Amino acid sequence: MLGEGILKGLGETARNFAGSFVSKERLTTIQYPEERAEPIEATRDFPFLVYDGNDWEAGLRCVACQICEKECPPKCIYIVKSTDKKPDALGKPQIYPTRFDIDISVCMSCQICVEVCPFEAIKMDTEFELSTTDRFGGLLYDRAQLARSNEYYHSIHPTEAAEVDARLAEEKVKADEKAKAAAAAAAAKAAAAAKPAVAAAVPASSEEPATKKPEAETQK
Amino acid sequence: MSFVLYILAALTVAGGLAAVLLKNTVHCALALTVAFAGLALLFLELDAQFAGFAQILIYIGAVAILVVFAILLTRGSETPKGSAYSHSPLVGLVIAACVFAVLGWAVLHSTAQLPPGTTSATPTVTVADIGNALMTRYVLPLEIVALLLTAALIGAVIVAMHEKEGSR
Amino acid sequence: MIEKADQIFVLLGHWLVSFLPAALQQPALVLLAVVAIIVTFPALFAITVLLERKGLGRMQNRYGPNRVGPYGLFQPVADGIKSLTKEDIVPLSADAVVHFLAPVLLVVVVFMGYAVLPIGRNMTLVNLDAGILFFFAIGASSELSVFMAGWSSRNKYSLLGAMRAVAQMISYEVPLLMSSLAVVMITGSLNANRIVDAQNQYTYGLPHWYIFTPWGFAGFLLFAVAATAETNRSPFDLPEGESELVAGYFTEYSGFKFALFFLGEYVGMMGISGLGTTLFLGGYSAPLQVLGFVPSWAWFIGKIMLSMCVFIWVRGTLPRLRQDQLMNFAWKFVLPLSLLNLFVAAAWRFMGQGFLRWVVCSAVLLIAYVVMARVGMKREHFGPRSYRYAE
Repeated sequence: MLGEGILKGLGETARNFAGSFVSKERLTTIQYPEERAEPIEATRDFPFLVYDGNDWEAGLRCVACQICEKECPPKCIYIVKSTDKKPDALGKPQIYPTRFDIDISVCMSCQICVEVCPFEAIKMDTEFELSTTDRFGGLLYDRAQLARSNEYYHSIHPTEAAEVDARLAEEKVKADEKAKAAAAAAAAKAAAAAKPAVAAAVPASSEEPATKKPEAETQK
Repeated sequence: MSFVLYILAALTVAGGLAAVLLKNTVHCALALTVAFAGLALLFLELDAQFAGFAQILIYIGAVAILVVFAILLTRGSETPKGSAYSHSPLVGLVIAACVFAVLGWAVLHSTAQLPPGTTSATPTVTVADIGNALMTRYVLPLEIVALLLTAALIGAVIVAMHEKEGSR
Repeated sequence: MIEKADQIFVLLGHWLVSFLPAALQQPALVLLAVVAIIVTFPALFAITVLLERKGLGRMQNRYGPNRVGPYGLFQPVADGIKSLTKEDIVPLSADAVVHFLAPVLLVVVVFMGYAVLPIGRNMTLVNLDAGILFFFAIGASSELSVFMAGWSSRNKYSLLGAMRAVAQMISYEVPLLMSSLAVVMITGSLNANRIVDAQNQYTYGLPHWYIFTPWGFAGFLLFAVAATAETNRSPFDLPEGESELVAGYFTEYSGFKFALFFLGEYVGMMGISGLGTTLFLGGYSAPLQVLGFVPSWAWFIGKIMLSMCVFIWVRGTLPRLRQDQLMNFAWKFVLPLSLLNLFVAAAWRFMGQGFLRWVVCSAVLLIAYVVMARVGMKREHFGPRSYRYAE
């Protein structure tokens, strides 16, 4: 009948009006600066560099391979390689970036840099209240501003960080085993080289694993 | 008392003059509306409430809008190519003078018909009196006017409908 | 005591005027009443604007404005300051005189309408014998101001909006008059005070308001629809359609003139609610006889604000009607029903007291409503398109 739809509509609106005072689902507004909405875990805004441990310079995972610089679509990353080397997480001396600048006014949060990084060194942050009054320098973040600890990474993306850590631990275990195997092979080779001295070979081969083991342990 | 009458008369005459003398046609229509309002106020001044309000409702609320619509939907709102004034002012003047003479004679003659000693302008006529008169004494003119209005309405609908069908 | 509260404004006025010499007292009283109207209704307008924004917000699952004062109560003040201090831009090719006069005419006309409404007992500004006719006459003049606004802006879209607005207002003028004519017919007078007095009687504590009769209920609904269309209010607000014609006929107005248009629209809404209250809802009479201790002006203002709330509620619910749907609705549905309502009211009067007249009148109106809904509001079936080019 004519008018039925109007009455139903009026009833719905009245229900909305009355319900907005009592139930949260009828009034879904969040009053922004005082209340904040909970971000979901996969939120991403601008990149940051991950470091392990307490010292950001020593623990920075980035090895300045410049893959993210090349892959970045708007070219907002600028990397300068270092000339010396410092030991990385696995003990191997690696080069590190002396300059790692990201211009977040250009960055489009596409996450390509994260996807291509082979060292899990660059991840996406969830900070968005980044407005400054300095138009040109204020949005250019350098290495110190970009470095965040692994604990921070765990706090913003727990499952992702757990996955990354598991992957890194796995790789480390593999690397250790490889190193052990390589060491064992080298020891076997040395033992084989010292074989002509048959008398020294037997106690030497029984000594080698004993001396190689504590070395492997100190390397961990 | 007559001071108010002079002001209202001046307003009406000014509106009428402006309606004739202004160049922009829509301005003329609005000045005509002022003249209508002046007439309505004159009616109200004479205690003819129904006539005054009916004047406002019908003339200002409907006729003025009709005039304005007519101006806008035709080309009246553009400035005229030739002169806006008539080419033969003398003939117009003569006709206007004749009409004025007839009206003036009618008004003066009618006051002469009143019994001597009448001081008030009109007897107070309420809306109920008008309604009664329309239903008893003037019912035939009422029905004829109703018939006329119905014919006009039907004619308007037919003209509009034919236009719509003419386009198909 | 109750009498004093009821008549407090009248007594106050007389007391204030008693300080003047006797010759000036009557004009001063009238002037005082006019000032009271000019102060009260814009204040109610501010409250209405706040109610509208907060109410619409709640209906749309959001807060309304809530930053300016506690719960946003000072928002009208902020709006007022904004509209007063904005630059007043008049387009170069606009017709300056008409452009200036349009909002002035609108505001004058809508305030004049309050002169005949009985705001309380003995509180009518001018007790005209043809009061209702005066209100309608004045309301019809407001259409002219809409047209003036649209035309003087020299803007095709404003003109289009103005034409649509005027066509809409003229179309709904007739049902408005017809539905109130039923009330006038039953009461036997065009005097607003007489109409309220006729409704101010109680049977078993229930009032004799006209809305509680079949023809009065139908008349009230038709009046409400026509009043919504007369004041260009949603769902009939195509002329000022905010998403179609920018602001329609008042596109070119800024600053205080826009505020005047806004004020005129809302004050006009309150005026026509006041008329509807007078005609159908018993004016200043209380709904139950036991509630008669509340002052009469409080009831009148309360009923006006209730009507405003219903206007806001309907705005939050219904989508906008298209121009041709609007016109179809007026001429093919509302007008025939209001004519029928007139006949039904006459039948009511001539059937005498008793139960029969309730049954017959309600049945006739209900059947007519259903039949008109089926017949008058049939949806068009679109065939192949035909085009008509402008000459």
